Amino acid sequence: MTFDFAFILSTLPAFLKAVGVTLQVGLIAIATSLVVALINAPILLYRIPVLHRLVALYVELARNTPLLIQLFFVYFALPALGVKISGFAAAIITMTFLGGAYLTEVLRAGVEAVPVAQLESGRSIGLSELQLLRHVILPQAGLLSLPALFANFIFLLKETTVVSAVAVPEILYTTKSYIALYYKTYEMLAVMTLICVLLFLPLSLLLSRLERRLQHGQFGS
Amino acid sequence: MASSGLELLLVSLPQLGKGAAQTLAISGLGILFATLGGVLYGVLATLGKHGVNIVLRIYLELFRAIPVLVWLYLLFFGLPIFLGVSLPSFWCAVLVLALWGASEVGEVVRGALLSLPRGQREAGLSIGLSGWQLYGYVLLPQALKRMTPPTINVYTRIIKTSSLAVLIGVVDVIKVGQQIIERTYESVLIYGALFLFFFFICYPLSAASRALERRWTHA
Repeated sequence: MTFDFAFILSTLPAFLKAVGVTLQVGLIAIATSLVVALINAPILLYRIPVLHRLVALYVELARNTPLLIQLFFVYFALPALGVKISGFAAAIITMTFLGGAYLTEVLRAGVEAVPVAQLESGRSIGLSELQLLRHVILPQAGLLSLPALFANFIFLLKETTVVSAVAVPEILYTTKSYIALYYKTYEMLAVMTLICVLLFLPLSLLLSRLERRLQHGQFGS
Repeated sequence: MASSGLELLLVSLPQLGKGAAQTLAISGLGILFATLGGVLYGVLATLGKHGVNIVLRIYLELFRAIPVLVWLYLLFFGLPIFLGVSLPSFWCAVLVLALWGASEVGEVVRGALLSLPRGQREAGLSIGLSGWQLYGYVLLPQALKRMTPPTINVYTRIIKTSSLAVLIGVVDVIKVGQQIIERTYESVLIYGALFLFFFFICYPLSAASRALERRWTHA
């Protein structure tokens, strides 16, 4: 078993591109998921008639089914209904469907985690509902949701590996293609692992630190 | 069209059932080993041994940093090269789900054990309980309520993630569905059915987890 460094070097441009695609899919999906969540969370929190039931149904459907099935449905079943889309578009749509549901829950839980006493205190000193929202609820809810929000961002970034199944040329798909073409399994697995560790390990370590930091910064502790 | 779709589903049921059995077997074995491994992890992580903690931390961070699908490929393609053993894709999937699940369940168990008042451990030790007795009769039973709801959530994630097994060649419920689609072109029907298959397994678990959490945190 020899380790072919020259071959690894020759694949580096492709892998750089693959990291770019991973980040692109991940970041776009995070942004669109956040938009979905910012629309949905208030609907749940203010219990807007009919709509809040639909949002709740959406959240349960998205959270209790595998991303891979959602992806295959969008990519393989929608064309049968007359909607033809690329792998990349399918990836973004599916990850937004999944991520939107997770982030909706995060934001809702964040607002609900603000202690009731905070609301009562705010009202008792005569804040209007809007002032209450702006000066009491949102700052605290934002801080409380931050670790979970960040954890879900990392989760979504890691889930981009699944979209390799519909030929989006991210890290895993690139690895598979090179293995299939050149049989350099050993080298490609090493490169793939190294990229994942370099890309995701700092993020997950940062998350652990953020969680601990915010635990100390919580109110009443 | 609608009736022919239903007919197709009915005719395909035995075939889909076989695939579903594979999916459930992978999930079930993964959950079993993840639970055993997770309890072991949780206990080891609360012994207060520095060396053990470092090893567990590395294990945890590796499974947090590297996505499950990447682990599947690593073991499926890597084991034959690195160790000379080739694991059937079924057991490869079980192994990855078990190892990943154990790190997730393990963190839950660790958190639950740490949340117990220190006095419990000290009292147990002071009356001369051995390590096994301390964990078996004092700490784990008390931690059970706190760790059950989040552990059920890990189970639903293991079941959902078991779907990735199809990508390393396991003939699970998804693969069987794809074979039926190749024959009949009924992709909407089959993927819709697969979507509901996973939903009706995972949703009751999620709901149970939430109900237990609500009941036990207010008690």
